[in-house]
Order: sequence, then C-alpha cells, then structure tokens
Amino acid sequence: MNKNKKYLKLSGLEPLILSENSNFINVGERTNVAGSRKFLRLIKEERFDEALAIARHQVDGGAQIIDINMDDGLIDGKEAMVRFMNLIASEPDISRVPIMIDSSKWEIIEAGLQVAQGKCVVNSISLKEGEENFIRQATLVKRYGAAVIVMAFDEVGQADSYDRRIEIAQRSYDILVNKVKFPSEDIIFDLNIFPVATGMEEHRKNATDFIEATRWVRQNLPNANVSGGVSNVSFSFRGNDTVREAMHSVFLYHAIKSGMNMGIVNPTMLEVYDEIPKDLLEHVEDVILDRRADATERLLTFSETVIGSTKEHKVDLSWRENTLQERLTHALVKGLDAFVIEDVEEARLSVEKPIEVIEIYLMNGMNVVGDLFGSGKMFLPQVVKSARVMKKAVAYLLPYIEAAKKAPKSPKGTYHWETANPVIYNLLKDFAKQMRNKPTEAEALLWNVLSGKKLDGFKFRRQHIIGDFIVDFICLKTNLIIEIDGLIHQLPENKTSDKERTKWLEEEGYRVIRFSNKEVLSNLDLVLKGIEESLKVSPFGGDLEGARSAGKVLLATVKGDVHDIGKNIVGVVLGCNNYEIIDLGVMVPSQKILETAIKEKVDIIGLSGLITPSLGEMEFLAKEMARQNFDIPLIIGGATTSRVHTAVKIDPNYDKVVYVLDASRAVNTVSNLIGKNKESFISETKQSYKALREGYLSRSKTKKYLSFNQAKTNKLQLEFNDTTIKKPQFLGVKVLNDISLNDIVPFIDWTPFFQAWELHGRFPKLLTDKVVGETATKLYEEAQEILTYIVKNKKLKAKAVFGIFPANTVDDSVIELYKDDTRKTTLDQFVSLRQQSEKAAGKPNIGLSDFVAPKESGVKDYMGCFAVSAGFGTDALVKIYEDNQDDYNSIMVKSLADRLAEALAEYLHAKVRKEYWGYASDENLANTDLIKENYQGIRPAPGYPACPDHTEKQTIWKLLDVENNCGIKLTESLAMFPTAAVSGYYFAHPQAKYFGLGKIKEDQLKAFAASKNMPLEAAEKWLNPNLAF
Amino acid sequence: MPNIYKELEKRILILDGAMGTMIQRFNFTEADFRGAQFKDFKHPLQGNNDLLSLTQPEAIKSIHRAYFEAGADIVETNTFSGTTIAMADYYLEDYVYELNFESAKLAREVADEYLLKTPNKPRFVAGSIGPTNRTASLSPKVEDPAFRNVTFDDLHKAYKQQVEGLLDGGVDVLLVETIFDTLNAKAALFAIEEIKEARKIDIPIMVSGTITDASGRTLSGQTVEAFLISVSHIPLLSVGFNCALGAKQLLPHIESVASKTAFYTSAHPNAGLPNAFGEYDESPEDMQAQIKEYLDKSLVNIIGGCCGTTPEHIKAIADLVKDYKPRALVVGF
Repeated sequence: MNKNKKYLKLSGLEPLILSENSNFINVGERTNVAGSRKFLRLIKEERFDEALAIARHQVDGGAQIIDINMDDGLIDGKEAMVRFMNLIASEPDISRVPIMIDSSKWEIIEAGLQVAQGKCVVNSISLKEGEENFIRQATLVKRYGAAVIVMAFDEVGQADSYDRRIEIAQRSYDILVNKVKFPSEDIIFDLNIFPVATGMEEHRKNATDFIEATRWVRQNLPNANVSGGVSNVSFSFRGNDTVREAMHSVFLYHAIKSGMNMGIVNPTMLEVYDEIPKDLLEHVEDVILDRRADATERLLTFSETVIGSTKEHKVDLSWRENTLQERLTHALVKGLDAFVIEDVEEARLSVEKPIEVIEIYLMNGMNVVGDLFGSGKMFLPQVVKSARVMKKAVAYLLPYIEAAKKAPKSPKGTYHWETANPVIYNLLKDFAKQMRNKPTEAEALLWNVLSGKKLDGFKFRRQHIIGDFIVDFICLKTNLIIEIDGLIHQLPENKTSDKERTKWLEEEGYRVIRFSNKEVLSNLDLVLKGIEESLKVSPFGGDLEGARSAGKVLLATVKGDVHDIGKNIVGVVLGCNNYEIIDLGVMVPSQKILETAIKEKVDIIGLSGLITPSLGEMEFLAKEMARQNFDIPLIIGGATTSRVHTAVKIDPNYDKVVYVLDASRAVNTVSNLIGKNKESFISETKQSYKALREGYLSRSKTKKYLSFNQAKTNKLQLEFNDTTIKKPQFLGVKVLNDISLNDIVPFIDWTPFFQAWELHGRFPKLLTDKVVGETATKLYEEAQEILTYIVKNKKLKAKAVFGIFPANTVDDSVIELYKDDTRKTTLDQFVSLRQQSEKAAGKPNIGLSDFVAPKESGVKDYMGCFAVSAGFGTDALVKIYEDNQDDYNSIMVKSLADRLAEALAEYLHAKVRKEYWGYASDENLANTDLIKENYQGIRPAPGYPACPDHTEKQTIWKLLDVENNCGIKLTESLAMFPTAAVSGYYFAHPQAKYFGLGKIKEDQLKAFAASKNMPLEAAEKWLNPNLAF
Repeated sequence: MPNIYKELEKRILILDGAMGTMIQRFNFTEADFRGAQFKDFKHPLQGNNDLLSLTQPEAIKSIHRAYFEAGADIVETNTFSGTTIAMADYYLEDYVYELNFESAKLAREVADEYLLKTPNKPRFVAGSIGPTNRTASLSPKVEDPAFRNVTFDDLHKAYKQQVEGLLDGGVDVLLVETIFDTLNAKAALFAIEEIKEARKIDIPIMVSGTITDASGRTLSGQTVEAFLISVSHIPLLSVGFNCALGAKQLLPHIESVASKTAFYTSAHPNAGLPNAFGEYDESPEDMQAQIKEYLDKSLVNIIGGCCGTTPEHIKAIADLVKDYKPRALVVGF
C-alpha cells in the first residue's frame, strides 16, 4: 500500500477497506423504498421479517454495503429506519457489512447513526442549503463516526458540467478538510451521473464530464473517493436492455479507470466489457466518450438492429404456428385479442360442449397467467389485459353455451319428449305417423337395427318431432339425432335447408349426424360404427355455473363511498381465476349486501372503501354479520383500510375477517378462504390479528398526550405581518367551468397513477425499473394514447370553483371567514383540529388555524377554499368500454380521471398563487417542483392527515355553493361525486406546511363538537379513526 | 504540566492494576460503604465500589499510592460505574457528578504527591469510563430483537455528566474501557467531543475494548478490525483491549491492533482466566512471563492489569518494561 495514502475504512461486524487493491465496491440498493417496490410494500405493512430477508439476499448476493432508505410519505421514516437497523443488528449475516444510511431528511440520518455500532456511510450531504448547514451536518457525521457522500450540489444547483463538478468538489473538500477537520479518506463524492444520447446537444458530454471530473477529484483531492448511480447514464435507451447493459459496462470501464471506486450498479444489468460485440462497443463508446458529433444518431440507428430492441416494434406472428392451446395461452398471457375469436371458434368446433372451451383451453391459459402473477412475473396491468381477452372469448362462447344448456339434461328427466312446437304439433304428428308408416328403404333398414334397444342398449325413436322439425331417428338420452339424406323430411310448408335445420338443432343442444341413403344401403356396418362412436361420448348440455366457478364472491363499495377502481381490479383478477363475481357497485347499503349474500349463496363477501368514514361502515357491517349469524368470510380492502385497522376494529366484531392489501393478494386469500384448509387459515389469521391488536393497543397506551389547552399553548407561533401576508387581488367566489384539459395535463403527477395499477416506484424512474419497467412503460404509453383521445375529443370536462375570504383565527381553533374586509359579517367558520400528542422539546402542536392570524392581533389575514373535478363524462366513457368487456380501458379511464382531478387542483392552486391571490406572482416552477410541493402555501384537503374531519367539506360546499356552481355532490359519508374530485383549503403563509394530526383526546373532541354545533356522538363517529381514547 | 504524548515517545507507560481486587482486601461492611454521608440511605449500598471515593476516601487513596509505589505511571479513577445508568442499581443517580469529581480529585492528589517526590517521572490520572450495565446494540428480549433498553441519547447524556465530573476533578486522560458494545463507546466518544468543543479544550482519550469470545469478537459481534475502524474517527491517544482474557489469550488481538492502528496501543489483561471459584489466581511471575512476549514483539505503548491484578503484578510488569523500547507508531491500515 502507498504510504502517503489513506483509505476509506468502513465496518459492520466486519471491516471493509477501499484500497487501490480492492475492487470497485458495489452498494446494494434493494433495501431502499424508492428503489424497490417490494421493500416499500413490506415496510408499509410492517412485515419487517420479510424486509430483512431482502437485506440478507443482498448481502448473500455480494453487496458489500447495503443502502437503507425509508423516505416515503406514508412511512414514519425515522421509526422505520431505527427499527430496521435494530433488527439488522440482530442478524450477524446481514450486519457484517457496513450500512449506507440514505435519506433526504437529516433527522432520519441522525436516528440511523445513533443505532449503528459500525462505521456507516451517510448518503448524503451537500452545499445545497449553504455552508452553515453543510458544516453542521458534516461535524455531526464525523462525531458519529461515519463516512459521507457529498453530492455535487451547491446553493446554485446541481453540478452538470465538468467545471461545476470540480468547482463544487473542491469547495466541499476544502470546507470538510480544513474547517470541519473531516478525514479526507472518509469523503465520497457523488459527481452526478446524467444520461447521454438524449438527443440534446448539452447532454453529449454528460458521461465524459463525469469521468473527467472523477479523474480530477482523484488526482487533486487527496484520499477522496467517487461514487454514483450508474443506471442513469443509459436512461434514454430504456426498453433496450442489450444497449443499456453495454452502456453501463462501457461507462464503468472508463469511470473505474479514472478512479470511480464505489457505486450503485444493478449486477443483472451489466454486460461483461470484453463480451460486448465489437460493432455495438464502438457505437456505445462513441456515445459515452462523445467521440463523434453523430454518435447518438448512429447508436440509435444501430440499436434497432440489436436483438431485443426490435421485438417491441416488429409484430412477431410466429406464435400463430403453434398448437391451438399454445396460441390461446399466448393470447391470454400477452393480452392479445386480435386472433382470439378465430382461435376460440376453432376450439369450439373441436370439443363436444362449448363450455369445454372455457374449462379446458381458456382455463389452462388463465392458470399460466395466475401462476406468473402469483410468482411476480406478471403485473397487474398485464393481468387486466389477460382478463379482457378472456372476457371477449367468453362473450363469444356464451350463446353456444346457453343453447347447450337448453338441451335435455338427464335420461329420465320430465319433459324429454315434449320437444315439439305446440302450435303445429298435431299437423306434425299426423305427418310423422304417415312417415313412420311409409319408411324409405334405408330408414327401414336402419330402424331394423336400432329399434328395441338393439344397438348397445340405447333407445331410439323414429320420426320424432322437435320444434318445427321431424327428425328421422333420435336417442333422447344422448341427444343424438341421425338423419338420412335424400328424403323429404318435413311438411312442404316448413321446408328448410338441411344446413339451417342442423344449425337450429345444434343450437338447441342436439348433435346431428348425417348419412346418405347410399351409405346406409351399401355399408351399414360403417354407419353403425359411426353411430356407436357418437353414442359413447357424453351427452350435450352442462351447468355453466357449476363448471365455471370456483366460488362466488360478492364485492361492494360500502355505503357513502363511491371509489371503485381497486374493487374493480379485485373483481377482474378474481374473475380471471375462475371465481364468479357478484359486484354490487358503489354506495351499497349493508342490508343489500347481506340480503344478496344470502340470496346468491355467496362464499365470501368483499368490502371496499377509500375514505375514512367507510371504515365505520365496515365495522358496522361486520357487527351485523355477527348479529345475523353469518358464517361466511368477510374480506376487507381499500386505500384507508389496513391490517392494523382490521385487526383492531373489525376482527373483534366478526369471527371470519381477513384484510387484503391489494388485488394480487386477493386470489390467494380467497382461495385460502374457500379451499380445504380454510379453517386453519382463518384461525391463523385470527391469531395474528390478536397479536397485532395487543401489540398495537399496548403501544398506543404508552403515547402521551397534552390537554387540549396545553396543546393550544404549544401552538406553532408564526409571524403575521406585511411580509408574511399579502392581500389577495381577488376576494369572493369564482367559478371556472371551461378549463381546457390541455392546460392541466402538464400538471399530472404520474407516480400515483402507477400505484393505482399496483406498480410502485417513482415516476419516471419506474419506467426503467428492472422488474416492472417494461410493464410500466407499456401502461404509460397506452395511458398516453387514451389521454390524448380524451383531451382531443373533450371526453371529460374539468370544472372548478374557489373562494378567497378575509379570515382570522379565534381561540386557536376556529377560523372565521368574513364577508368583506370590514370583517363585520361572519360568513362561516372552519373548525381546525390540533395535534395533541406530546412533542419533543421545542416542537409545536400544530393546527391549521396556526397558519391564519389570530383575531386579537388585529392583523388582517385571508384564506381560501376550493373544489374541482375532472370526472364529468367518466361514466359515459366507462360504459362504452364496459359494454365491450374492456375492464382494462375502463379502469384506465377512471384512474386517468383521478389524475386529471389532482392535476386540476395543482393547476388551480398555481393560478391562485400567481394571479387571483397573487402572493407568488413571480413563481416559476417546473412540474417536478410542483409535485414536490416546493412552493409557498398549502392546500390541505378535509379527510386527509392534516384535517381528517370530512364534515368540513359541508362548510366548503356551503361557502362556494359547490353543487350548483360546479356540479360535485357529496354522499352521506361525504365522499365526492364524480369520484375524480379534489376539495380543500388554501393557506398562504410562507411557513404553512402539511402535517399529520395524529390522535386527539376527549377534551378536544368536546370542544370540536361544541364549535361545530354537533352532537358529541356524531363528532365521535366522524373522528373515530383519530380518537385516542 | 507533563505531556503524556512526550512520555509515550520515550517509554512504555505502566497503567495500574485492578481496583476491585484491592478493595476486597479491606473487607468493607455495609456500614463502611455507607460511611457518615449515607448512614440513613434507604437502599443497601454494599458492593458499590465507586461510592467508597466519598465514604472511604483514604482507602481509595491508599490503593492509588500502592500502584504508584509499584511503578505505575497512570492510575485510573475509581469511577468504573460512575454513570446514572449504572448507579440506578443503587438509586444513586443524583450523586454521579460528585462521585466522579471526588474520585478524580483523590487520584489527582495522590499523583501530585508522587510528582513532588520524583519530579522527573511524571504521573498521570486517567478517568475511568466503564461500559454501563446496558447495551445499545443488543436486545435483552429474545422475542423482540428490535427492542433496546438503552438508547444512544440516554448513554450520551449519562456519559456527558460523568466526563464533566472527571474533568472538573482534574484527570489528565479519559479512558473509555471494557467496551463490549461499540455503540456504547461511540456515545461516550460523542459526549467527549461535545465537551471538548464546548470547553475549547483537548484531552487525550484512551479506548480499550473487550474481546469476549475465543473467535476474537466483542460481545456485540465486531471483529478486532471492525472495532478499530468504528472508534477511530476521533484522534485517540491509544487503542487496545482489556479484561475478559488473560495476557496469553489477549496477545493475538493486541497483535492485530498493533499492526493496524496509527494510534498508540494499550493492553491491560486480567490475571489469567478465572478459576473454578471465579477468582483470578495467575501469579505476578506468570503474568510477567506472558507480558514479556508483548514486549519482545514490540506490541504496546501502555501496559497494565485488569481483574485480579495487584500492585505485585504491576511491579513485576514495571520491572520488566524498563529494559524495553516502546512500540513505534505505524501508518495504520
């Protein structure tokens, strides 16, 4: 080792030293909620054991450091970080490696540092917020004994050129080494890896700038290290893994040579440098090293010839040459409906009963889909597409199946011979008698061998009347008709061609076999053999229900709630798995659910809901089921529901209740609940709920609360003066009913759209995710298509209403709204709720009312409220798709409408900030900043964490006359209809921020009920999920 | 004031031996432990050795004297359990500052006596900072591995209070010792750094871990190298190991540290492994013979004894050390 050089040394239970002899250090990133949707899900569900398994898998797989990140809005990041790291500390096979504590929040980083005995890496700090903060954090990192990643970011922004990278690196280094006395070997620079080959001239040097800056850092900043996330570089070639893998290898090859010694690389997305084909290598190196002006174009052209990239563009029809079953399976797995009718028809002709097409061919295919989905190799959007193909196939088969059902079912049934058309029965009867008495030679010959059960004991009749026809011979037991051609079969008036006659008979469920006169007369043996064969196969007819269904599941969105995307997805997925679904739709009263359950003899009831009052409805329904002695399992799902809620609030009320997180779990749960092990499944579930409930109750007891008065005293103290308050340009109520969808589309936040489809991860990173990237990209492309169609043809309408009012806070809880700035007439009031749990020293107990100046201060303040919807027209559009058995596009439209409504709320908020209120007239933010809410002021919505009280919507509706002005209605549970709607308040104070209310105590509830002029029981019901007593 | 860094350049320094073993020789009763000050204290106090600094100060001073007489250059204050966390067992949390302050003062007085006697042989006082009786990296509940009965913050506060008392009482060095959980030690180091910054002082810090099993790991599972990396973020006077093992068993671990750290090294092993009665019975001569190997291999800069060692052991070691040169500093790994 070089005597003058110092090396980065890290530790878990074992040491990790980066010397020039050590290879590139690979950081595992699957224990990162932003990098792994599975990990995110596990942490959200508190399934820490399984989350640990991911960490172990990473270490076993060769990760030398594990990056842990818990930054997600729905997770208490600090608590999750501490708990997860504590658990890791108890697992020597994981904790042997050092940990990279990854968060954008300093408090989470610090919490992580406090539970690690080894020397960690902090990811990351930077000069973004200035030197003072940088020095403070670096000093603490040093004191905790960790190394640090320094982002090439400063007060001006992110370094995006060679000069900026070295400028920031040099400055950061000097501060760290000289002022903080930070060990130079413990500094790791993340010099920002940006994509190349984007088509933008300024991105051409992104890779070389990084590589050269790396070289500069390693030569000029003694002992410092360089790291980075490699996959960014190839972002523009997402979808073409061959090219991306080559790009990663080439980039790393050169970056490592220039001194990069640590990084996040997905090992499965890496080609061996030496094995990259020469021509591809040359094209890729041209791009990475920026060797020619036309490098990007050349690589783009070349990439189309590379295997892997073309498969998406060229339609590959080779699968059409496979067997029928293979073709149908392929169509189902890939969600291709182009040939499905053709194939199903072929299948139908090959089986005896049309139902067998479903039972055999289609179910075989769907089983493959189910297996792939179950093992995580297919994702929800693909499964919904499979269902679409399935539905199309079934719709085609249904008339044939119905026809088969009409046919006689059992040999000794009641009305086997009442087959004739009663109107012309007598006529036909006479004619038939006549025919029987005058058989042709061939008929006589055949009757001779068929009569008296002579043929294998099957009873035949001759000249039998069916409908308008007289058939020559029939075996009623097997529905087999034998016709001898060359004769006149029926009354001359009713003459129909043989073909039409056969078709009618077959539709009625009979099988018809025909022989010619000549065949009977010349080769009776062969004819008899044919008849025997036909007799041996089972008769037509069958019970569609019995054959199709693995069980009946009733689904409903509970009373007062209108949200059904998730429920519909569950229905589709269960339907795909052979369950019969009875979907009662939305806003279904409990009694209707229970009555239907009895009438239809369902096996399971599934409840869904999105808003918090729906939780109460579910609790009520569970109690009713117990009271009415129900015994069937109840499954609970929907956005506000949770395993904890089910365990604590529903399970004690009813014996058989199971929480289902999402559609992908639904199949397993339902099959467990119906299958032969259902008793043990239910009792295990019950036990786990009991443990969860006890744990939860004992934990919540330990939380300390302030009295409401103490909480008010500890309010958030804000300054109210000319700099924090700007008088609105506009006061009063404004209706905007002609907003162009074109204007709001740019405001769409796509991440939640993918969440609705159970694809978790941040957009646009999600599109290149190695697991779901392909599915996500496809979904995104199709969403764009439908969105374009909606926008172009104005299929949805966006409407908005908002108001801005003079306002002041009274008694630190009520915000009074005044008619005008004289503030003499009170229009109405908002009642805000205040955090009541005991806070750490110096942390306030916040309520929304803290953001508005108190009345006694005499300062004139303002606030606003709004309601918007982009869901007008959804129903009509959805109906078109549903009529066409197209669940995929129906769910697509609903989820897009939801996104448009959110985008509209964002759009309107920007307009209010910049124009109507005008407190931020010089704001100029990109969409990503909007999504991150990097602007002044907030727009919290009633029913969400800062103000869980839904009844505030009634006040907004009154103030803005929302129903008449905008057409959005409130249900009895105060859900908005159309569903794609957003309503909320506007607060403009620069320090106004989002927060979670948490639980409140009885004293505040009483004060709340009094302010609201509401009976205490009603207040208790509305705020039930937030009560801590 | 003498500079310990300068002394370490010149020679191997001798640390004292066990405090507890020496206290046992007095056979103090409950009444002795209580003294006048805690006569009416409502909880039993026998066995709280640290308390003797307040109730039997002369006994403690005599032990310090015995070690200086034996040839020690550094004596440790009688404060191994001087934190609110460890004192909670005796309900004496409120006396923690006083205990540390008085203990440091006693040792200081004795050291100053000897400095007067032999001005050209400087004597030093090391403030002993034990591990407490709780561990921040391990769960005491088998069924709940995420649980901890002490947090970094708890330890940080407790150590801060102890260090303030020790510094005010006049120690020359802080000795964070018998570290079985590195996270506890990191909390102590964090507290020391804070105080250094607040008081604008620098004070030499010795760090001494404890290897508890034959595979060479700490109780909290770290290897020697991992431990070394985890505590080296702060400029230390020395790093090494003490307790749990005898000199013979400790040797390979000291060897490992000596080859890797850029700091000075220390070792204060037990007098062998405990016998069937839990006593340490390795003779001074036996221990001397084992320490000789340390010296022949040039592994240490500071050497002394832990459990079971007495002034006789220290004398044997000091007699031996005279003839050896100290370990030279290395670049480290």
